[in-house]
Amino acid sequence: MTLSRRRDNGCLVKIVVTVKQVPDPNSATILESDYTIARDREVVLDPGDECGIEEGLQLKEAHGGEVILVSMGPERAKDAIRKGLSMGADRGVLITDVQLAGADALLTARALAAAIKPEQPDLVICGTESYDGSTGMVPPMLAELLGLPQLTIAKKVEVDGSNIKVHRQTADGYQVVEASTPALITVTAGIAEPRYASLKGIMAARSKEIKQLGLADLGVERGEPGETIEGVADAEARKAGAIIQDDGTAVDRILQVLTQAKVV
Amino acid sequence: MAKVWVYAEMSGGRLQSTALELMARARELGEVDAIALGAGARAAAATLGKHGAKAVHVNEDTAFDDFIAEPAADALAALHDQQQPDLILFAFTPDSRDVAGRLAARLGKGLISNAGDVHAKDGSFVATVPYFGGAKVASMHADGKPAIVLVRPKSFEASETGGTAEVKDLALTIGDGSKRAKIVERVAEASEKVKLEDAKVVISGGRGMGGPDNFPLLEALATALGGAVGASRAVVDAGWVPYSMQVGQTGKSVRPGVYIAVGISGAMQHTVGMKASKVIIAINKDAEAPIMKMADLGVVGDALKIVPALTAAVQAKKM
Repeated sequence: MTLSRRRDNGCLVKIVVTVKQVPDPNSATILESDYTIARDREVVLDPGDECGIEEGLQLKEAHGGEVILVSMGPERAKDAIRKGLSMGADRGVLITDVQLAGADALLTARALAAAIKPEQPDLVICGTESYDGSTGMVPPMLAELLGLPQLTIAKKVEVDGSNIKVHRQTADGYQVVEASTPALITVTAGIAEPRYASLKGIMAARSKEIKQLGLADLGVERGEPGETIEGVADAEARKAGAIIQDDGTAVDRILQVLTQAKVV
Repeated sequence: MAKVWVYAEMSGGRLQSTALELMARARELGEVDAIALGAGARAAAATLGKHGAKAVHVNEDTAFDDFIAEPAADALAALHDQQQPDLILFAFTPDSRDVAGRLAARLGKGLISNAGDVHAKDGSFVATVPYFGGAKVASMHADGKPAIVLVRPKSFEASETGGTAEVKDLALTIGDGSKRAKIVERVAEASEKVKLEDAKVVISGGRGMGGPDNFPLLEALATALGGAVGASRAVVDAGWVPYSMQVGQTGKSVRPGVYIAVGISGAMQHTVGMKASKVIIAINKDAEAPIMKMADLGVVGDALKIVPALTAAVQAKKM
């Protein structure tokens, strides 16, 4: 492989994109009795991760290099990796182990870090948060465990040699954040419109490698979880009020409500 | 007494309101030390004291303002080793998330993210976390010490108790190894007259607005009502309006007196960020849209006609 030699010239980048298979956001989510999310339902590649893959592919197209997808999940999560491979990623790594069922953010980050470290990537791309868990804690944990700086919530990424610059979304605009690679970034859904896999891409993905690793392969022990779920209840629902058809009186009705609420 | 920490997020030299929200709950859970890092930390200590902090650890090194997460994680980890707190509270905001994640990984501790509340239980802590966009609420028991909990903004109401915090200098040198992700420029995009999070009236638009060209209709209504304009994730992802306007799980949490959802179906992703509003009005073409089931008043009709008429009516009433 000439990859590492050319990387010294700053010509090629090795990019790891973390991907997750999640319950289809368009289907109802069901909890198992142990409060894990039922996985026997329709599952898809996390839509946010598709954007991360797209960004990785665009960087590869601009700078040359390799895009590696790393995921953790049951064996069927290979389908999510395969989808990314059909978009154009080069190969995949799936961490799968019965001991990982119900893994918390820290265990997930430890397993991912152990799988990613030997790859020595220039760039790790994560979604800002998963569609199902939405806690967004794995990326900063992963950055810490890999010893990388974190450039988070990027809506734009530029790589120039060993320098990376992102536009980091903030409450009132954005920050321009710079670091030297290697680095970890998290990207927003707005960063890039994911491409559709071409037929050629789908065919090519069939023969691409997906390496499967267990916790023992990674030298990671499950350990004690940092938190346990005691119970799950329905959230307090708001009661529906009046529903009216706009027959010309809607504005008056709204005005009444605004007046009662003392905002007019 | 449990030793409780509040990570008092600073931004642009100002103490963030989320820190005072956290103080309101923290002081019920034990003796509270706050940690304020970066420009303005010393001044923030006085405010934190008024909100119940017994001590505030401060360090005004510019590295905290200029670099993402790592300097703050260093400071908290060092102080943690000295003080061994029982609970560390963070706001569930982008900056605090970055710090909390790094800290937890460094300490090898789990954490509870996206919590709506936290309370003491048998010498430990339990946090409630909305799931699936808020349809369910899970009670999560923090097994580690320290328990690390990130609480969604607007979960608690800040209030002063009176008091003075002892200001303690947090002695620390930030190594170059932690000065890596550097913020080189800050760009403000939102020209908000009224801040979305603080607005008494929020008018949010979704796909039902038809396109970005119709958002000025919402701006006009917001101006008439002295409110601010928000948006659903769908239209932010579509690039109609900037992210700074997004309300919901991945955006801002608001709890205004009145929330007017216009052309928003009410996906849980959105409603988790606004369902604590006192009064909700929905305007939507679809009577079956989920937002109608939680609105105090649901209007089935054409938003593009109703909104301008409403704006005119509000203006007329003010005269």
